[in-house]
Formats: sequence, structure tokens, C-alpha cells
Amino acid sequence: MFEYMGDRLSNAIKNIRGMGKITEENISEALREIRMALLEADVNYIVVKEFIAKIKEKAIGAEVGKSLKPDELFIKLVKDELISLLGGDYVSLETNKAPTILMLVGLQGSGKTTTAGKLANYLRKKHAKNPMLVACDIYRPAAIEQLQTIGKSLGIEVFTEGKENPIKIVRNALEYAKTNKKDYIIIDTAGRLQIDEALMQELKEITTEVSPHETILVIDAMMGQDAINVINGFNDSLKLTGTILTKLDGNTKGGVALSVRHLTNIPIKFVGDSEKLDGLSEFYPERMANRILDMGDILSIADKVESVIDKQEAMDVTKKMKKGTFDLEDFLSTLKQIKKLGPLENILKMLPGARKMGINNVNINPKDMAHVEAIILSMTPYERKHPEILKATRKQRIAKGSGRSVEEVNRLLKQFEDMKKMMKIVSSGNMKMPF
Amino acid sequence: MGLFDKFKKIVAKAKEENKESLDIYEKGLQKTREEFVSKLSLLGIKYTRVNNEYFEELEDLLISADIGVNTVFKFMEKLKDRVKKENILDTQNLMEVIVDELFIIYVNNESLSTKIARNENGPTIILMVGVNGVGKTTTIGKLGFQFKNMGKKVMMIAGDTFRAGAVAQLKIWAEKTDSLFYGKDNIDPASVIFDGLEKAKNENVDIVLIDTAGRLQNKVNLMKELEKINKVIERIIPKAPHETLLVIDAGTGQNGIMQAKAFKEITNITGIVLTKLDGTAKGGIVLAIKEEVDIPVKFIGLGEKMTDLQTFDIEEYIYGLFKDMM
Repeated sequence: MFEYMGDRLSNAIKNIRGMGKITEENISEALREIRMALLEADVNYIVVKEFIAKIKEKAIGAEVGKSLKPDELFIKLVKDELISLLGGDYVSLETNKAPTILMLVGLQGSGKTTTAGKLANYLRKKHAKNPMLVACDIYRPAAIEQLQTIGKSLGIEVFTEGKENPIKIVRNALEYAKTNKKDYIIIDTAGRLQIDEALMQELKEITTEVSPHETILVIDAMMGQDAINVINGFNDSLKLTGTILTKLDGNTKGGVALSVRHLTNIPIKFVGDSEKLDGLSEFYPERMANRILDMGDILSIADKVESVIDKQEAMDVTKKMKKGTFDLEDFLSTLKQIKKLGPLENILKMLPGARKMGINNVNINPKDMAHVEAIILSMTPYERKHPEILKATRKQRIAKGSGRSVEEVNRLLKQFEDMKKMMKIVSSGNMKMPF
Repeated sequence: MGLFDKFKKIVAKAKEENKESLDIYEKGLQKTREEFVSKLSLLGIKYTRVNNEYFEELEDLLISADIGVNTVFKFMEKLKDRVKKENILDTQNLMEVIVDELFIIYVNNESLSTKIARNENGPTIILMVGVNGVGKTTTIGKLGFQFKNMGKKVMMIAGDTFRAGAVAQLKIWAEKTDSLFYGKDNIDPASVIFDGLEKAKNENVDIVLIDTAGRLQNKVNLMKELEKINKVIERIIPKAPHETLLVIDAGTGQNGIMQAKAFKEITNITGIVLTKLDGTAKGGIVLAIKEEVDIPVKFIGLGEKMTDLQTFDIEEYIYGLFKDMM
């Protein structure tokens, strides 16, 4: 995510690293790079203009103190400005009324139905709430079925009432939710263009009928310069309370995140960052700014890890790592936990200095992980605890058992040893941060 | 100003012949035109003389139309050169040069075929790829409708077995367009395609449209899946797929270019379908794709109706964009 922007920004500021002070001349190239990077990331061109002007104004007048070098100062300015662009603080969902009504709106293909499922899953998992999904997309073929399939896989109730009248569906859904003590109802509406008057009217009528506590625009993070027209269009007719940015994974640059808050003052509440149903994260402006600047996003990794990993097991493993008694058995259980995180590439990208280590663009073949698992599983429990006893014959047996080659077994053992060394360094606190 | 004048003549002729499609382009690109051309005209009123401020605002305008940052920068350099050489001082005179140069980006001395390759002996296989939510399944429905109207026997195969509801959605499209359908939930896409193609061969189908899952998140997996799909297709029908069309949402900005580049790396893309062009004011992406990826746009979606998929025609497209200036 955003790696492009991070790349260019870090390249641009390299040049002022050694300078004694910040002048218009020595940052002009950096500013030009930032401008290109932002435009290439589809940040709205008006926002780019203002952003650049602000940075320039603040940077040139700034005092280079003893504690901060010019490049550090410049980075700090950019980061602060990014955070304020992204909206300052995290804005949580309305949660006090029962049932709280959330309505999701947006263009076709922005990811409303999947997001509805993710949101329900989030509310249940993170806040122990009892949500219900309401299928209101009566137009797109099989949209109702899609929501039902998602509901079924999550074990969350989906209210459907055919393809008749969305206003009636919503009214009945609300009744049903009240009698059945649901905490939240999440309305999945049909995708529409903000200029489609008939369909926008339908949303207005739903709003009048049930007065949703939140009207959330689901918007594709890949949108280009037109995003602002979409946001304004929906906001003008519906009074949006928030947005959810979807598809902010893979190689999405997601400049729209920077435009949304600044141009409309509507907070981004969540981002969708994987295709799995737990791929929805709360939106924290500061973390996002760090990610853009390649300063890493350890906090989001921690959140993600927490949401999928068995805590007790993780604590045990951590203890062992510190003690240096981490063995292949622990490695195997860690691997299994890691698998739950989804594509590993996405996690690597969030690490501080990922770009510098060259791991921001690696492609990891899930099969490789399966092979590692197979190799370890072909060892006896004793061997897993004492890999040092593995000599030629044992290695041959393991290779045969797992269907891999002896070289692969050797490579794994070598990697494991390196990893143990790394752990020692990390737990002794000698790890250097890139910035 | 050769091209622009030549172009005016072509349009005049098309108008005489009362070409229906001209109308569709005109309506479909209305939003883009209103925003882009009217702003361009305003710029000409604000600055009567060509100067630096004019260039700067022009650059912003082009960027705001999603023409693509690199394409815009190159374009600006070329334009400035021409202004210098031809000593253009008046912004009104510059307008035609701008249209001219934009046109050149697309045409670029190459023959641009929007033709769909056909298989003479057996079914023509068209594989549809693209990321989630761009409108792949809907485009297949629209394409099926077009082929059906040409009197072809059409079959749709649901190779997107990942997204919930995708198979059912395609099935509905097959029913709507009276096409054959083959698909099953929750099994390996390659095996669905294998069985579907066998059936298509036995039943003498003319056109087979194959839907795929659009997952770019894991490139290795997607690449493997497409490789496998291509192998399966070729095993049953040699030299197939005859077309691999990449579907891109016109509302996508620079990321659309990234998508095109990524898919081009993974598989042999023969053409692009640009969807949802009616909903966006930013039809500029057509130029960016041409300039940066050089794959011809073969179809564009200009509305939600089954009839709203058009074979891409650069002349009509330019007309739709710059009608008010002619």
C-alpha cells in the first residue's frame, strides 16, 4: 500500500540530508518529487497544490535546531501535514443506540456487499455486538445471494425480502431487528451513480424511513481524480457521516485517502485491506502517514496480529524467543498463525524501512510456506526440538517424507538458525530503526 | 493543423450518414466533455495570451482529467515546443493544437485494431480478466448480447469461483441473453473451464466468454491460476484463447495503468474494455493507457443497458469529447 509514494518521498529528501539549512532551492526538487508522487497516487490535484504550498511555507521559515537535522525536520513537516490532511484522529462508529442503523452506499463495484460482511464481522468480534445484515440491492443480479453466502460463512443473520421495494425491506428489517434484539443493522444498498436521480431518490426515501445513524460511503481506493465528484455527489444528497476505503491492498496507491478528508471533512472510518472477511481495519491517520513515509506501521500489524492470533500461544512463543529456546515445533505453530494473517506481502510492506530492505515488493508463493510446513511435519517431535541432531540419513528421510529435496531441508535449517540469531538481536534491543 | 481539420471532415461525413453511434458517444461522454472542454474554454478566456500561468493551469486540467501524470508531462513539453516553433501567442489558436496533440497521442502512427480475433474452425474463446468490481461479469453479459444479435451461438463459463455470488450473477446474464451457461460454485476454475469448453465444442458454440476471478492481491497465485487456465484452454482448443480482454473501470485513475501493466506482465492481453465511462468525468484514461501500456481499447461501456457496450472508435470518442469546439 502506498509504497510508491513512500519511495519517492524518501528519495526526494535524501538530497537535503547533508544541508545546513532548508532553503527554497534545496527543497525545490524534493517538492517537485512530492508533487509527482502525490499526483501519481491519484491525490486530487487541488489538494496537491495546497499541500505543496503549505510544506514550502513552513519548511523555509523553519528553524533548524540542534535536535533535528534539516532532512529530519522536513520529514516531520511532511508527516505532520499528512496527518492533518488525513484527518487528525480516529473517528469511531456510532455505538450507543439499539439497534444502530448503518447504511452503506456507493458506486457499483466499490465493494459494498463484501464490506457489509466485514463490518458485521468486525462489530461482533471486536465489540461483541449482535449485528444483522439487510439485503437491499434488488437490482444487481445475484447481489442478495452474495450477501447471503457471506452471512452464512460468518454465521451472521441476513434479512432478505425478495426484490420488491427497498423501503419496505428496510422498514420490516428494522421491526425484525427490534424484536430480535439486534444491536446493529447494516443495510447493503445497490450500487449507483451519484448523478442517477431516480436511484438517489430511493436512498433519500430509505433515509427518511429509518433515519440511519450512519450513512457511510464505500469508495474504491483505486479511484482517480473523479473521486471528489462522487463523494460530493453522495454527500450533497445524503449527508454522509463517514467513508470506508476499500481495496487498499495489493498495489493500490490510494491517494483518494488524502483527498477525502481534506476536501469534504468527512472522516474515513475504516479501510478494507484484504479480501478475507476479517480484512477491515480502523483508520488511524497517523499510522497511515507513517506508512506513506515508509516509517512503518507496527501498530496496525499488531492490531492485525491480535485479531487473528491465539494470544496464549503467541505469548508462549515470545517467551521462548527471548530465552533462546525457540525450536522448530514453535516455528511450525508460528507458521500456522502467520498463515491466518493473509498474504504475507501485505504485512511486510508495513514494516519500518520495508523499502530499504527491499521487501516491499516481494512476491511470496504460498506454496513455499506449505513446503516448509511439510518438511517440519516430516520430522519426529524429538528432531523438531533438537534440530542439531539432524545428519545426512535423517535429512534424507525427511526429504523423502515431505516430497522435497535434501537441499531444501538444509536451506530451511539454515534459515531457522539465522532466524534464531535475529531473535537474539531483537530481544537484546540492538535493532536499529531506519529513521 | 492537419489532423484536426481532417477529423472535422470525418465527423461531418458521419453526421451526414446519421451514424447512430455518434449519438451514443456524445451522450456517454457528456460529463467528461462538460468538465474538460468547458474548463479548457474558460482557461482561454482567463488567459488570452499564452504564458507560464496558462501552461500551469492547463497541466492541472489535464491531470484532473486522469490523462496520466507521465503522459501529461510529456504532452506539455511537446506542446511548449510547438508553441515556440510556431510562435503561437493566442490561447484561442492553441486550443486546436491541444486537441490535435491529444489525438496524436492515441493514433501515434499505428494501426489500431478494435477487431476481435476469430477462430475459423471451432469456437472463438474470449477470456475476460481484471480486478474486482470493474464490471467483468456485466461486460460478459453485454458482449454476449452483441454476439447473440449477430446470430452467434454463445456460451458463458463461470471461471470466477472465488467471489460469493459470481457464478449466480453470470448465470442470470446467460439467461437474459439466451446464452448457454456452464459453472459450478467452489471448485477449481481450471476444471470448470475444462468441462465447459468440452461442452462448447460438442454443441458447436461460436463464441465462448470466460469469466475469471480478479485477484491481484497475490500476484503469484493469480499468475499461476491464469497460466493453468490458459493451458487448459489450449489443450482443448489449440491457439486459444483468441482474445484476452482486460476490463478496467474508467473511474480508476493512475491505478488503472498499474493494473494494465501488471496484467500485461502476467498474461498476453490483446485488448482493453473500459467500463463505466458514462459515470465519470474523467475519460482521459483512454489516452494514458495508450501512451503507457500500448494495448488497444476494444470496447467501452457507456451505460448500464445491455446495448451500452460500444466498439471503441477513436474518432467518435474524440468527437464525443470535443464536440463543442467544432
